[in-house]
Amino acid sequence: MAQQAGETEFTLDTAAELASDEPASTIRGRSPWYLAWHRLRRNYVAFAFLVLFVVVLAACALAPVYASQVAHSGPNANHVLETVKVNGHEVSVVSAGGYIDKKTGKPCTVSGTGCELFSAIPIGPTWFSAGGKFVLGADANGRDVAVRLLYGGRSSLVVGIGSTAICVFFAVILALLSGYFGGWIDFVITRFFDLFYAFPVVLLGIALGSALAINGFHHFGINIESGSLWIPTLVISYVLVPYVGRPLRGQVLSLREKEFVEAAISQGASPMRVMFSELLPNITSSLLVFFTLIIANNIVLEAALSFLGAGVQPPTASWGTLIADGQNLIVTRPWLALAPGIAIVLTVLSLNVFGDGLRDALDPRAKIKIEH
Amino acid sequence: MATFLVRRSIGAILVCIAVTFVVFLIFIVVPGGDPAQRIAGKNATPQNIINIRHSWGFDQPFYTQYWVMLKKMFGGNLVSYTSQQNVLTQIVQGMPATFSLTIGASIIWLFFGILVGVLSAITAGRLSDRVITVLALIGISMPVFWLGIITRYYLAEGGLVTWFPDGEYVGITQSPVQWLSHMILPWLVLAVLFIGFYGRVLRGNILDTINEDYVRTAKSKGLTPRRILVKHVLRTSLIPIVTLFGLDFAAVLGGGAILTETVFDLHGVGQYAELSINNFDLPPIMGVTMYGAFFIVVFSMIVDLFYAYLDPRIRPT
Repeated sequence: MAQQAGETEFTLDTAAELASDEPASTIRGRSPWYLAWHRLRRNYVAFAFLVLFVVVLAACALAPVYASQVAHSGPNANHVLETVKVNGHEVSVVSAGGYIDKKTGKPCTVSGTGCELFSAIPIGPTWFSAGGKFVLGADANGRDVAVRLLYGGRSSLVVGIGSTAICVFFAVILALLSGYFGGWIDFVITRFFDLFYAFPVVLLGIALGSALAINGFHHFGINIESGSLWIPTLVISYVLVPYVGRPLRGQVLSLREKEFVEAAISQGASPMRVMFSELLPNITSSLLVFFTLIIANNIVLEAALSFLGAGVQPPTASWGTLIADGQNLIVTRPWLALAPGIAIVLTVLSLNVFGDGLRDALDPRAKIKIEH
Repeated sequence: MATFLVRRSIGAILVCIAVTFVVFLIFIVVPGGDPAQRIAGKNATPQNIINIRHSWGFDQPFYTQYWVMLKKMFGGNLVSYTSQQNVLTQIVQGMPATFSLTIGASIIWLFFGILVGVLSAITAGRLSDRVITVLALIGISMPVFWLGIITRYYLAEGGLVTWFPDGEYVGITQSPVQWLSHMILPWLVLAVLFIGFYGRVLRGNILDTINEDYVRTAKSKGLTPRRILVKHVLRTSLIPIVTLFGLDFAAVLGGGAILTETVFDLHGVGQYAELSINNFDLPPIMGVTMYGAFFIVVFSMIVDLFYAYLDPRIRPT
């Protein structure tokens, strides 16, 4: 065609010829991922918070090192009857309790108003003046709070990340099945989602968590003991499946009508191939954003369930159980409840900010929305 | 409208039946071990467990068990074996506190959520928008129970100041002033998360709407910015907020406020469930879960009907 039209006419061929004269470096393929990375790279705030999250992750991963090398204690080691040297003075880890004024935190007489009986008063934060022992003080059982904070972070992060992985995995499968096949499969799956939307998330988590906390789960050859971290992990992942699955199903549903899916089907691609090689790559950017934001959500949910006693079971530390322990001693030792709360806020905030940045980078027109 | 009403009611009834079955699965079928022992609670004697096994029909096929559970739930005969109290009576007793908490908090979060969203959208990109965005993100990232414990200690128990009374619920009929002063702190704490969330959603919606053609038309007609914002932008941007509000309100009332109630000792329905968790006393948790879900189903039906009434396009033909 180009030859018939003559040399003066500008065709695709001449365009290609012209382009080939330019240096090769200027025409470089820019994939969506490259563009997203380019946008994300300039978002310094998102990066700063990603670094914060990595620092938290690393600190919690190094909990055993801190416990053995700095604090010389374990997450459940009991130091009630011991003493510790603070600035050269011997101080007992847990002193005898007594009547304490709720306002001032100082001892008071029994008859005074605002006076409350405390059975034991643990040592407060030593801030490294005791050679790394009891940096954040001890709890009522004489356990090192800083050590428990790091170990608690391990449980919280393991439950948060693990439950997100399981939840997103099942949500993706359900969304793909539902969006690809439609019909009665879609009907059953969406009704399943609707049914679980009827339960408030915390309440459903409590119901499952407390029912399973007594004897564990023993079905289908799966045996989970009652104190296991698997219980909160599975409960949280299960509770959130509809909240991730429904928006993903919507995306799959709209992609299902696109030409490339039709093309794949007309070439004889099997349903499995269409779902996992054609549809799945197209929702990956949503998945990444969901993954970050759902981890944040699940860490808070884990803390809430553990705080209420339906999540991680004592004596295992988690940020939620630590806050529950600290609540009783907040008048005399506020750091017991403050420290794990601050840890949660920093972790969740870092994930939320980074997730936001990730969304802006991957999806500038903000199609990905999470229903909470 | 009548067909819509009938269809929606049948749907709601089906969901309620499914909810009862889910509750049956969660508490009786799925967990390991002996269900009678679980229902009996921590300190049950062997004789108690035998009695419960018999009265709940755990020695019979599962459909009998399901039927017995339904009879207990709907006949109001669900009893906690730890405290020997009737579950339904306890739930009804907790309702005034839960309703007070939810209604007050929802008014606050709707008002401030819209305020925050509008403020940050009209100053988008400027310092105030950034400050609001950061604050909203912090609000979303704070666990509500932790915020409750901290504010209660520093603002009510005298850790810093004593501006608020220290927890507990006072009936509105008993003393309206006391009721108000006891509720303000729980309201604010419960509202923080939603304010942050609604503010962010609304900011996004407003920024999307501002670029619509009809807004440009309104501008070219020479309308004042305030009029454009209120009459043209906000009207469309608020629709998703109204939907969210309906769902959140029902979820909080149906048991979602459990953490706030617990932290502030409000003795609401949620706290009743929380106290039962500590004893692993399952019947109250069963009751609260099921009645909470029922409430959400019924409430979302009412919201849908209200929508259909307002907007005829939603009614299916």
